[in-house]
Amino acid sequence: MLEIAISVLIVIGAAFTFIGSLGLARFGDFYTRLHGPTKATTLGVGALLIASVIHFSTRGEGVSLHEVLVTVFLFITAPVSAHLLAKTALHLRVGSLAPPPPRAEAASGAQTDGAD
Amino acid sequence: MLRRLLPHPLLTVALALTWLLLVNSVTTGQALVGLLLGWAIPVFTRRFWPDRVRIARPWWLVFFLIKVLWDILVANVAVAALILGGRRFARPAFVPVPLELRTELAISILANTISLTPGTVSAWLSPDRKTLMVHGLRVSDPEALVQEIKTRYERPLIYIFEPPC
Amino acid sequence: MLSTALIIAFTLVCAALAMSLWRLLAGPDHPDRILALDTLYVNTIALLVLLGILLGSALYFEAALLIAMMGFVGTVALCKYLLRGDIIE
Repeated sequence: MLEIAISVLIVIGAAFTFIGSLGLARFGDFYTRLHGPTKATTLGVGALLIASVIHFSTRGEGVSLHEVLVTVFLFITAPVSAHLLAKTALHLRVGSLAPPPPRAEAASGAQTDGAD
Repeated sequence: MLRRLLPHPLLTVALALTWLLLVNSVTTGQALVGLLLGWAIPVFTRRFWPDRVRIARPWWLVFFLIKVLWDILVANVAVAALILGGRRFARPAFVPVPLELRTELAISILANTISLTPGTVSAWLSPDRKTLMVHGLRVSDPEALVQEIKTRYERPLIYIFEPPC
Repeated sequence: MLSTALIIAFTLVCAALAMSLWRLLAGPDHPDRILALDTLYVNTIALLVLLGILLGSALYFEAALLIAMMGFVGTVALCKYLLRGDIIE
């Protein structure tokens, strides 16, 4: 029973990891490519790590929770790196399928104040 | 005096828990080492943490995190369907979201939440911290997207971090 | 049951690695390559976790944790470099 749960989690996790990279490879511009890895891949690895927690906790050597650390770390850092990458791309004016935001030139981080 | 000795109680607890997870065993000794580290690191890195984190309603933060986790699951299925099914359905757009939040931590949490949930990535925060530029993967109605972000995520965060005094 | 799932998972993750690598080589812009590198880190973590389950060894998590941390720092450093032309301000 537990083995089935672990197997299902592993396959789901790997499938999400795959889909995330597929999005990275398939989409047409940088900003849409950003979506695959930040969401799907993070969740995929999260599912794999949960499977690993169950697997190592049920082997009779006590509860093993340090995979949780990797999961939490990934869930905190993935959006941060995505945000930084998007900011960088706006700064470098990487081509976009969507019309770029009007104030992208201010994305350099320079202090600009004024009404929106 | 207490502020000097224990500048960031939350950070202390988080560091102690991280240590216990890292060594993967819960014994009295390891808990003491964790608490020692949790005390020493905030004290010696005090200059990097100017503000003390204030959470007005901690229990609501827990509810909020559970809700966000659920949304992440739903979002992933939606994005996965979009990646597998059809790129042609994708309609990317940049949407500016006006912010009401003021606290740095709350804005960071909001931006991270947006990045992890349905087809949106926070791309850029205006230097005056009043607008968050969001890139959506499939935006049919920008107004609705802004409203959803504001009611679903920003309102609870205002409630948790910035209660009206 | 578990071994079949592991074989499927290894195949999927290796395919993911290959696609990330392709994006790393194809570009076309610098942010694309950084994103591909970041995805490669995360895929490698997935691979290490799978290897840990396959071999029944918990040692691989230290490596996975290190890759997660170094990967994040690397991504941030590269982005900062492209944003400001300088890593340490």
